[in-house]
Amino acid sequence: MCPKWAMPKIAFAGILQRHLSVEPETVDGTTVYEALHEVFASNPRLRGYLLDDQGAIRKHVVIYLNETPIADRRHQTDTVGPDDELFVFQALSGG
Amino acid sequence: MTDRIYVGTHKGLFLLERQAGGWEIAHTHFLGDPVSAIAEANGHLHAALDLGHFGCKMWRGDPGARNWGEQPAPQYPEKPADTDDKNPWSTQLVWTIEDGGVPGRLWAGTVPGGLFRSDDSGANWALVRPLWDDPTRAEWFGGGYDQPGIHSICVHPRNPADLTVAVSCAGNWHSADAGETWEVRADGMTASYAPPERAGIQHIQDPHRVVQCAEVPDVKWCQHHDTAYRSTDQGRHWRELETLQPSRFGFAVAAHPHDPETAWFVPAVKDECRVPVDAKLVVSRTRDGGATFEVLSAGLPEQPSYDLVYRHGLDVDAAGERLVFGSTTGGLWTSDDGGDHWHALPARLPPVNCVRFAR
Repeated sequence: MCPKWAMPKIAFAGILQRHLSVEPETVDGTTVYEALHEVFASNPRLRGYLLDDQGAIRKHVVIYLNETPIADRRHQTDTVGPDDELFVFQALSGG
Repeated sequence: MTDRIYVGTHKGLFLLERQAGGWEIAHTHFLGDPVSAIAEANGHLHAALDLGHFGCKMWRGDPGARNWGEQPAPQYPEKPADTDDKNPWSTQLVWTIEDGGVPGRLWAGTVPGGLFRSDDSGANWALVRPLWDDPTRAEWFGGGYDQPGIHSICVHPRNPADLTVAVSCAGNWHSADAGETWEVRADGMTASYAPPERAGIQHIQDPHRVVQCAEVPDVKWCQHHDTAYRSTDQGRHWRELETLQPSRFGFAVAAHPHDPETAWFVPAVKDECRVPVDAKLVVSRTRDGGATFEVLSAGLPEQPSYDLVYRHGLDVDAAGERLVFGSTTGGLWTSDDGGDHWHALPARLPPVNCVRFAR
C-alpha cells in the first residue's frame, strides 16, 4: 500500500451530491476499476450511479484520468499511478 | 372515496390531498427528478426515478410520501458474451410497479423488456427469465423507447399467480403460474405498422396500455397503437371497439373496478399527431362494454388544448367514482362522478408521467 501522500485521488461532480454523499478521497488502486471499487466498498449505493447493470461506465457519465477521458469504459482497466487524479463528471443535458 | 393522489411527473412526485375547497398539493418529493412509476403496496409507497445520467433508482417511502429510503433497482444479469441480442441487458427505465397480491411481492416492468419480481418489498429483485428467454423476444421492438418495454401488469385479485403483462411492442402475455410459463394472448389485435401478412402476429402488437376490471378480471381493456380492444376471456381474444370517439388512438385507459361494462379512454388524433382531436381535450366513456361511447368534456378546457395523456396518466379510485388524469403539458383534472364533471387542479405541474389514487 502506498503512503497516503502518494496515492491516486478521486473526486466527483457536485451534481452527485443531490443524490448521495460523495467526498474527494485517496484510493489504493492501480487501475480505474480498483480505484472505483475501493470507493464502492464504503459507499455501495454509488456503484449504481456510475456503472450500468453490466459494470460498464454509464453512457452519460465521464471519468477523466487527469486530463483525459478513460479509454476502457467497459472494464475500466486504465492504469492509475500514485500521482494521478480521477474526476467523475456527468454529460450535460437540458430540459 | 380516496382523498389522496400520487402524481409522478418529469420533475418530481406530487402528493395531492382532498381539502374542503378541492384537491391541493400537500407535499412534494424528489423535486427536479423524473418519476417514472408509483405504486402503493404492503403499507409502503414505491417510486421509480429515471435519473438519466445516473440510471434508474427505486425508493420506498411511507404512504404520506415523507420518509424515504433508497432500495436496489432491478438489475439485469450478466449478458452472455455469445448472445446476438441487440438490446442492452441493463435497466433503461422502470415503467411500472405493481402490488403482487401477497405480502412483500412486487412486480416491475422495465425497458428493455424485462419483468422483475421482488418478494421482500423491493429489497431484492430477480429477472423473470422464462419471459426474458422466450424465443419471440428476438422480434420484440421498441415503441416510444428504443427498446421494448413492459408497461402494464395485471395481477388477478383472487389468484396472485395469474399475471397478464403488456409489452410495447410485443403484445399481451399471460402466466398462470407466477411467471414460470408464458403464453402470448393478443388474438384479434392487428398492427397497421407491419406488412399486411404480419399484421396479425401476436408478439409484434403494440398495446399501449392494458387494464382489468378488478372484480371481473376476465374483462380486460386495451388502448392499442392503432385502436382499442376489449377481452372478456382473460385476453385470449380481443374485440375491437370500433365506436370509440373522437378517435381510436391514444395511450391511457382505466377500467371500472366493479362494473365490467365501464371504462374510460383519453383519445388523441393519431400516431403522427399526438394531440387532442380538434384541440379539444375530452374523455371517452363506455358503460355498455364498448358498444357505445360518451364524449365527456364538462369542466375540461374550453380553449384550444394540446394535452396528451400518457399510459399511466389516468386512474380511477377503488369505488369507481373518482377519476384523475394528468397531461404532458402539466394539466391535471379530477372528477367525483365518474367523469360527468371535471375540475382542473389550479397548479401548473411539470409533464405528468403517472397518477395513482392512494388505497
